[in-house]
Amino acid sequence: MASAEQVAEEAERREIRDRWLLSAPALIIIFLAASGPLLIVVIYSFLTPGPYGDVVWKFSTDGWLSVLMQRDIFDDTLAFADAHLSIFWRSISLSFYTTVLTLFFGFPTAYFIATRPPKTREVWVFLVTIPFWTNLLIRTFAMQQVIRNEGLVNTALMALGIIKQPLQIMNTDAAILFGMIYIYLPLMVLPIYASMEKLDFRLVEAGYDLYAGRWQVLRRIIFPLIKPGVIAGSILVFIPSLGAYVIPRVLGGGKNMMLGNLIELQFGAGRNWPLGAAISITLMVLVMIALLFYVRNASGSQGAHG
Amino acid sequence: MPEQPGRSAIEVRGVRKVFGSGESQVAALDTVSVSIRENEFFTLLGPSGCGKTTLLRLIAGFDFPSAGEILLHGQDIAPLPPFKRPVNTVFQNYALFPHMTVAENIGFGLEMLGKPKAEVKARVAEMLKLVKMEALSNRRTSQISGGQQQRVALARALAPQPKVLLLDEPLSALDFKLRKEMQIELKRLQHETGITFIFVTHDQEEALTMSDRIAVMSAGKILQVGTPWDIYDKPAERFVADFIGETNFLTAAISGMGNGKARATLKSGATIDATVAEGFQPKDNATVVVRPEHAKLTSGKGDLSGTVENIVYFGTDTHIHVRLDSSESFTVRQQNTRSAGCGFERGDKVGISIGNDAAQVLRD
Repeated sequence: MASAEQVAEEAERREIRDRWLLSAPALIIIFLAASGPLLIVVIYSFLTPGPYGDVVWKFSTDGWLSVLMQRDIFDDTLAFADAHLSIFWRSISLSFYTTVLTLFFGFPTAYFIATRPPKTREVWVFLVTIPFWTNLLIRTFAMQQVIRNEGLVNTALMALGIIKQPLQIMNTDAAILFGMIYIYLPLMVLPIYASMEKLDFRLVEAGYDLYAGRWQVLRRIIFPLIKPGVIAGSILVFIPSLGAYVIPRVLGGGKNMMLGNLIELQFGAGRNWPLGAAISITLMVLVMIALLFYVRNASGSQGAHG
Repeated sequence: MPEQPGRSAIEVRGVRKVFGSGESQVAALDTVSVSIRENEFFTLLGPSGCGKTTLLRLIAGFDFPSAGEILLHGQDIAPLPPFKRPVNTVFQNYALFPHMTVAENIGFGLEMLGKPKAEVKARVAEMLKLVKMEALSNRRTSQISGGQQQRVALARALAPQPKVLLLDEPLSALDFKLRKEMQIELKRLQHETGITFIFVTHDQEEALTMSDRIAVMSAGKILQVGTPWDIYDKPAERFVADFIGETNFLTAAISGMGNGKARATLKSGATIDATVAEGFQPKDNATVVVRPEHAKLTSGKGDLSGTVENIVYFGTDTHIHVRLDSSESFTVRQQNTRSAGCGFERGDKVGISIGNDAAQVLRD
């Protein structure tokens, strides 16, 4: 007869084994689909570009060097690559503006939804998620129809006599910004709404009762309590913005490239796979920095929700 | 009891509050008027849905009246937002700010009033001492017990020295022993601070033990305002008599009215002295109430006669339920002694004598 201790030990061993078995498929997929390709990208970034794309198996740091620098064709001196720098700058600044503006529009939207009666709330949330049913490319082209020279906005403004010449919005950074705000707004609204829905509105009343005006209640009570939602929304908007490809391609034209387009260029027409790989990794590092910021802030505000 | 003269802290005049619109319109408050004196412990008592919390929220400013005025020391505050009223609230579930410490919670109101840092700090320390929470000032509110949260909520509401403190069933979440403790604590705080307290509860015992005056509410109306003694011994209406304590209702014919007193002739034929509720209109069959402890059971003849139906032992006293010959039911409460039983048994034929000052005639 096995003692109770032995039985317990055996049960525990079995539980650990089952846990590993159950998580195995996920682990295998993560390794094969994420870590494997990533490793290939890292290796490629240290090789020499081949004449027709692909790579030559010869170690080189030129790919990494070209991320931000360029070698003069005549005297081999190094200088900052202005073209790349401006693309980095455009990616980071446009992503930043997108985050700030979606927050600006998303916060009141989420507040509005969270303060409706429970039944109506569901309808509003449903409306916010409707754009997800349509393909990103189609939504982006729809935006193009709105802002192009013969589009909705310009036709309307001209018909009203506000402008004489159509506004050139297409193929500018502004067009990309419009597109990204439109596409990513739901990603900001939903997590903020999720936090706001859990907010105890009696705390808001308590704030008013204790002489806090509307602005102070927002800043001192509502905002600190829904901070996790705001941070989650910001990350959900900032990260895809940074790597946006379709939106700048369709709305920004060929000239206003973002990082995603630059990477595509290097793997395609540019035939410089090591450079493309190095930029990809750089983009990933930027995303990780953003995530790190999130983790630090999210864990810091745990107590606020306890 | 004569009305004591005194300045009124809060004067509610003809206030109506209607929720919803059209068909689904509900009047939560139906033309309520009441005057609450300065430094008074005033209780709004009634079952849930009677409008007591609505009235409190109107005074706090979270809702606005559909009609009527609310005066604070003579000034109409009904149009003011809550943050412009010198009135603070202790919420039912405390509503402490979870992202702040105990001290930050208590200091919040003062900070919002723009008081200098040093003053806020001193006042917070004073408040912590008042509610005996000095040791926990840097704790998060989620790290303290329910009773402690209650104290913090009180300190937070008292810190800005409001003219009136509103308490919305603040003790309902506490267990029995803690509730008793906090009842005494609340009385002490009210005495020490000299602030007018308006206390909302559905617990009649709590209302009787704590209040200077009570307003009994039902279905959006105030039925009676008076001292606990008034409310208990001289209920004006059936609802008041029934809601507070146990009561016997008897039908009687009223005669010889004068000076707030009358003679009531009961169905048994006996005639007893009774006090008459204000606003009583003479009618054939009035209702007379007698508290169970104001009647005495006898084995001989009394004012009423009947048969013992049930005997329930309560420790301090025994309740004897009697079926009267007039088929009404009547309960007598008899103090217990250690040595003897109650002296009656089920099925006994008994008489009930009603004391000289035991009966009250209701107005409805």
